[in-house]
Amino acid sequence: MSTDLETPLPTKFDVADFDPKAKRSRDIRRIALGLVALVAVLGLPWWVYPPIAVDIAAWALFAISIDLLLGFVGLLSFGHAAFWGVSAYSAGLIAQSFGVPFPVAIIGGAIAAMIIAVPIGYLAVRRSGIYFAMVTLAFAQMIWFVANQWKDVTGGENGLQGVPKSFFGIELIETEAFYFYYVAVILIVLGAWLAWRIVNSPFGRVLVAIRDNPARTRALGYDVERYKLIAFVLSAGIAGIAGGVFAISHGFVSLQELDWTTSGKVVLMTVLGGMGTIWGGPVGAAVIVLLEDRLATSGFDGIGIITGSIFILCVLLFRRGIWGTAKSLIDKGTAAYTKRRGSQD
Amino acid sequence: MDAFLQYTVQGLAAGGFYALAALGLAVIFGALGVVNFAHGAFYMLGAVTAAVLLDVLGLNFWASLVVVPILMFVFGIIIELLLVQWLLKLDILYNFLLTFGLSLVLVDLVKRQYGVSSLPYQVPPGLEGLLVFGSVEIPTYQLFVFLFSLAVCLVVWFVLSRTRVGMIVRAATEEPERARALGINVSAWVTPVFGFGVALAGLAGVLAAPFRAITATMGSNFIIILFAIVVIGGLGSVLGAVVAGFLVGLVEAYGQGYAGTFSQVLIFVLMAVVIMVRPAGLFGRKEAV
Repeated sequence: MSTDLETPLPTKFDVADFDPKAKRSRDIRRIALGLVALVAVLGLPWWVYPPIAVDIAAWALFAISIDLLLGFVGLLSFGHAAFWGVSAYSAGLIAQSFGVPFPVAIIGGAIAAMIIAVPIGYLAVRRSGIYFAMVTLAFAQMIWFVANQWKDVTGGENGLQGVPKSFFGIELIETEAFYFYYVAVILIVLGAWLAWRIVNSPFGRVLVAIRDNPARTRALGYDVERYKLIAFVLSAGIAGIAGGVFAISHGFVSLQELDWTTSGKVVLMTVLGGMGTIWGGPVGAAVIVLLEDRLATSGFDGIGIITGSIFILCVLLFRRGIWGTAKSLIDKGTAAYTKRRGSQD
Repeated sequence: MDAFLQYTVQGLAAGGFYALAALGLAVIFGALGVVNFAHGAFYMLGAVTAAVLLDVLGLNFWASLVVVPILMFVFGIIIELLLVQWLLKLDILYNFLLTFGLSLVLVDLVKRQYGVSSLPYQVPPGLEGLLVFGSVEIPTYQLFVFLFSLAVCLVVWFVLSRTRVGMIVRAATEEPERARALGINVSAWVTPVFGFGVALAGLAGVLAAPFRAITATMGSNFIIILFAIVVIGGLGSVLGAVVAGFLVGLVEAYGQGYAGTFSQVLIFVLMAVVIMVRPAGLFGRKEAV
């Protein structure tokens, strides 16, 4: 299938690699962006209610895991709730049974998500395009059924209650969401860094090549299915970190984490933020989490009407998403600026 | 053995809804290249509309069987003209996402209006009770659903393969450029075909109304089973949708009968096996999408 998703391609040969002037402007932009990101990450629990800040961080990483596949391999996973949810349950169970510090439980959850992702990914990568979305959705629903029935482990519809936030007995972090955030966010940033490393590595270049022309990439000698599978499992692991953080932060795990509406919600965040941008997902996540929180506290009981309408409008009119639109405006702006500077010289 | 026959009829009845709805999904995919995520919501709307028509206008089951698909047809046409048509030229994922958003909106609108508890609907007079064949007792309504949906599938197949309208629709689906060159206004056919697919989902909803709980979320699980069905049958294939629909209905019923709690998992195991053995689906063409 030809992929004409309107995603800005990561430029293969950046002018900035050769032109020192362009390089300087690129460096300035990167540093500015880094500073903005740093302030956003550190300042979040000051601006919003700290438990909501943790939610935003977890969903942001979840959205990044979707974009890693959608934007850079051209695969829309509509079943990522499976990995978010499996990790949530696993992290919850590990924290309950062993009383380990919560980051250990979360990493355990992420590993469980990756293990589950191997068979699902192995089957799903045999189909591309829309089939991939349907197959991942179906397998995620299978996991939901299993969790629903396996009541001894998952608690069925009651969920998994009383998940502890152990952290070396440091009470402030274990009880105060504000301080908990600063430990949890380290895991989130690690996950995001991992995604960024994957995208900007030789491995990531092969993924983009597969997205753009699978037949040609195969002809060049790359095992396309294997690359797709590895990307899928890595993405599941990142989603797992996010799901684990979410579970520990809330102190309980419900079937909702495995529900397909959860898969849909994270896709919405990614599309709203901007596909193929990696950093768009977090923007979309912040918007949706804050919006849902606002709607829930105002007692409005039809959140799907709002989020669904945003989805429809976004897909109809605003396909680049927030980040994609902002980026193209900035690019146009700097291009015009450099051109003016150039003509003055 | 008696139990086996009962499960079989139960499976064929459930397969009837699946086959009708999957047929609608396949026709829409064929003519528009759209995987309609809102199909489960349309199925739910069909059942809810039947229940509301009964409650407000006193319209009985038989009248609903005709009126609801017509209403859904009109509704489908409105949706196509308002939303779906703008994205037809873009990647298939965009309409998949659009219809996903649409289903969220529809489900929550119904939830707000009618609540979360199930709406009442009786088995229509004349179809209650059990048919007794020797020692086997079969609910009359289930047998009716099976025969009725099979008949509808056959009629659709006949129209598609043996009539001029069907020929035009198939030509517009398979060779749109050539059909255009031969003077057929392809885009004029796309909108009614979408409406028709939606009407089939609505019809499946009406049939489900008497023996499924009618709630806003009744389509949520249904749509995922439908996706599994079209993956099993092959997305481009009308025959595949119908056969896989009945097959999945049977697997589900035997699973509930013999495998108990994990029965739903069987459908996905079946899907996994098909992906392993025939990645394009039982009736799918090799390179389809």
